[in-house]
Amino acid sequence: MDILYKVFIEPFVFMGEAPDLLLQTLWEGLVSGVLYALIALGFVLIFKASGVFNFAQGIMVVFSALILVGLYEKGVPAFLALILAIGAMLLLAVAVERVVLRPLVNQPDIILFMATFGLTYFLIGLGELIFGGNPKEMITGPLFLPQGTTELEMFGGLVRFQHLDIAAAVIASIMIGLLAVFFSKTRIGRALRAVADSHKAALSVGISLNQIWVIVWFAAGIVALVAGIMWGARSGVSFSLQIIALKALPVLILGGFTSIPGAIIGGLIIGVGEKLGEFYWGPLVGGGIETWLAYVIALLFLLYRPQGLFGEKIIERI
Amino acid sequence: MRAPDNPVAAKGDVLLAVDNVSLGFGGVKALSDVSFDIRRGEIRAIIGPNGAGKTSMLNCINGFYYPTEGRITFKGVKRPKMRPYEAARGGIARTFQNVALFKSMSTLDNIMAGRSLKMKSNFFWQLFRHGPAMKEEVEHRRVVEEIIDFLEIQHIRKIPVGRLPYGLQKRVELGRALAMEPDLLLLDEPMAGMNLEEKEDMSRFILEVNQQFGTTIALIEHDMGVVMDLSDRVVVLEYGRKIADGTPDVVKSDQRVIDAYLGVAH
Amino acid sequence: MFYREAGQFKSTYPADMAIFPLREDRIGIAVIILAAYSLAFLGNAFLLQAVMIPFLVFSLAAIGLNILTGYAGLLSLGTGAFMGVGAYACYKLMTAFPDVNVIVWIFVSGFFSAAIGALFGLPSLRIKGFYLAVATLAAQFFLQWCFIRIPWLVNYNVSGALDAPLRTLFGIPVLGATATPQTRYLVVLTIVILLTWVASNLVHGRIGRAWIAIRDMDLAAELMGIRPLQTKLLAFAVSSYYCGVAGALLVFLWYGGAEYDVFNINQSFFILFMVIIGGLGSLIGSFFGAALIFILPIVLGIVLPAMLSPFGLSVGADVIEHLRFMIVGALIIFFLIVEPHGLARLWQIGKQKLLVWPFPY
Ligand SMILES: Nc1ncnc2c1ncn2[C@@H]1O[C@H](COP(=O)(O)OP(=O)(O)O)[C@@H](O)[C@H]1O
Ligand SMILES: [Mg+2]
Repeated sequence: MDILYKVFIEPFVFMGEAPDLLLQTLWEGLVSGVLYALIALGFVLIFKASGVFNFAQGIMVVFSALILVGLYEKGVPAFLALILAIGAMLLLAVAVERVVLRPLVNQPDIILFMATFGLTYFLIGLGELIFGGNPKEMITGPLFLPQGTTELEMFGGLVRFQHLDIAAAVIASIMIGLLAVFFSKTRIGRALRAVADSHKAALSVGISLNQIWVIVWFAAGIVALVAGIMWGARSGVSFSLQIIALKALPVLILGGFTSIPGAIIGGLIIGVGEKLGEFYWGPLVGGGIETWLAYVIALLFLLYRPQGLFGEKIIERI
Repeated sequence: MRAPDNPVAAKGDVLLAVDNVSLGFGGVKALSDVSFDIRRGEIRAIIGPNGAGKTSMLNCINGFYYPTEGRITFKGVKRPKMRPYEAARGGIARTFQNVALFKSMSTLDNIMAGRSLKMKSNFFWQLFRHGPAMKEEVEHRRVVEEIIDFLEIQHIRKIPVGRLPYGLQKRVELGRALAMEPDLLLLDEPMAGMNLEEKEDMSRFILEVNQQFGTTIALIEHDMGVVMDLSDRVVVLEYGRKIADGTPDVVKSDQRVIDAYLGVAH
Repeated sequence: MFYREAGQFKSTYPADMAIFPLREDRIGIAVIILAAYSLAFLGNAFLLQAVMIPFLVFSLAAIGLNILTGYAGLLSLGTGAFMGVGAYACYKLMTAFPDVNVIVWIFVSGFFSAAIGALFGLPSLRIKGFYLAVATLAAQFFLQWCFIRIPWLVNYNVSGALDAPLRTLFGIPVLGATATPQTRYLVVLTIVILLTWVASNLVHGRIGRAWIAIRDMDLAAELMGIRPLQTKLLAFAVSSYYCGVAGALLVFLWYGGAEYDVFNINQSFFILFMVIIGGLGSLIGSFFGAALIFILPIVLGIVLPAMLSPFGLSVGADVIEHLRFMIVGALIIFFLIVEPHGLARLWQIGKQKLLVWPFPY
């Protein structure tokens, strides 16, 4: 009985009693949710256009951020470092297309998926070899990322909004909006969407499949860089960030691999769900449940709706 | 392979009855209100243009789809909603329009896999591959070798089926279905894409299975010559509806069947 | 030549169905086993402790994952955690019942990871491919959290680490500080040989065929009466059993003690890489893969400094670790492109060539 009360009643009573804390938790969940969504969008981008489930997206977040701060630490001016980081992402896109995708075209999806594991470990090794394995501070000032906090009095308490978090949420939202527009309104975007269905459609707009791959991987690289900057500014740049970036996977499961709104809603559900879970239910089991809650939420959801939030139910044929 | 229960005398009573079956996929209606039956010991052909719902019909019969409406009675019992493996246990075996073999396995192992339902030795003995597990393995190997001899595929015994030409794959797939010693054998376009010689071989095997072992067969086939030669009765589907049913001669002269086939090149 | 198929006609089915129908293969296996045992008496402590024991332990884990991913086609990223379950279970069992021989507990601990593995395998009925991979990440992170947060698992040990208590077999220490590398190697070797033999029995029989059938064409398998849930859960259970035993061996017979961190996601990935490089769906490939991935950093650690020292350059252990990641990552891509069946296939091709030697075909 006592345990039932603790699990099913007490947290809600607590939420009602201290709405300021609830708001604070929701806000934090929202910010990480938007960032998850941004990372997830990188996956969606690549999956939509090439059918590749790019496990390395998480590491691209870290890798791109690492190049940025690594170059800056070596004395390169911030904006030049930013441009070089973008250039590195382009280089990566070209290399991936040449070395990984082209030779593996027409292989089963799962082979390509496993190839991106290889890419992940290659990038981890390369990043650490060049820039060292120790965590780094994200450059904020020169990139005009705001510092400080605003505290608002609400519901009889103080709710703190880190300016950085606000900026992160805004920038991520803008990025997401831009991508959505890019996909649905521009010529290339439509071609990218079409390529998932038929390769001829892409050719008809005058872009080869290989070019499309480079474009999407580059776009995903830029998305990764933005996510890496924002997340790096919040928690530092190191390869442990990868564990956070991996949480975009449960987001995808919720939202589906091909849906932009799915990625956004999935991101918010996971972000908010995991912060609420940690804050209100975590203490019951000693805390730290943030490391796995997202996956368990996604798992339970999968059992109920294997096709994801927005996916059509697929009836297999034989 | 098993000897027939009593092929000639048994021929006649209904083995499987399909009553008013409809099947929809979202908006698409694959089958609407189809009824027919399959009698014990006969070869029942199901024909119709592409997309008519023939494969969907077989999928309903072996539990891969569950009809949206109507019912299927097998061996006199109305079938509950069931999983395909339960239909398999009930004695329904199947080949597929697009070969669905276990590509990396050899011919031998594919057909052995068809014996799965008959193999009983427990996990413990499987761990050691001795005693009952090995005895069973040898017994079933014997049966499988008979099937291999019957289908004349001795020479490809140990070759991974993925490397075989299409015609042989179809034959292996028949072997795998035969290994289940089914009461009802569903063949989905077993001769599609074959040359004349291969078709003749396949026809011979189908007839022999039917005559020697008394296996009831439902056969989807586009080649009208083959259908006319092999089948006892034919049911014709078009756009998910039944448009004719009867002996090959009756069906052949049915005006709606002639119309349905006019537009299709055969 | 010596390696010949000719003249060895199989007159009975049992002979034809033997796992090694060729006499040369059987002799080869016998020689390898004999050599492995002799190594205990010929090899030095470094070779046994730093090379052979871990190689065998990882081979066992790779066999476990290969059963799941290679044979049954179910991709798992939770191997590390399943290994951990075996290690923690073994620790609890042998400290709670110190009178029962530790070898018994090593084998029993596998059942705990089997149960947990089957539990996390339940979603595999409804989800496939990368979806399933993500689901197994849930196991990885959840179980790792349990290892950290449940002090009961380490008997409230303040360090939070597992340690190997002194345990003996026939009066000889096999666990703990006084156990020599030689005895530990012999124990590990024997367990690995035994379990490899069992795995090979399983994959060559009815159960192995069901696994491959589910992997190659799951719908057709079901239409033939192979029950998907049971078959997949069995694959999860057996696979996790192997991983669990490997985990127990890793902590108690190799490291002699360890923290939760050895069961992290990198461990899961490295075992997966062993399977990919060695060959999906090949037991012998599991050994090849383990050898390549595990021995690579050792070789790098010896070769690189030797190569660079003439130039006055030195390489730290961290650089070698980074290089290892890069090389392993590149190898994965290389093998997926060039030989998706891994080293095992190369081995096969080599043997085929030998069969017809000296003729080129
Ligand atoms: N799994 C499915 N999902 C959606 N539509 C399907 C599915 N299976 C069959 N159909 C549709 O049902 C109709 C009948 O298909 P089918 O049974 O394969 O025809 P046939 O075998 O006679 O050529 C077709 O219009 C086909 O597109
Ligand atoms: Mg069809």
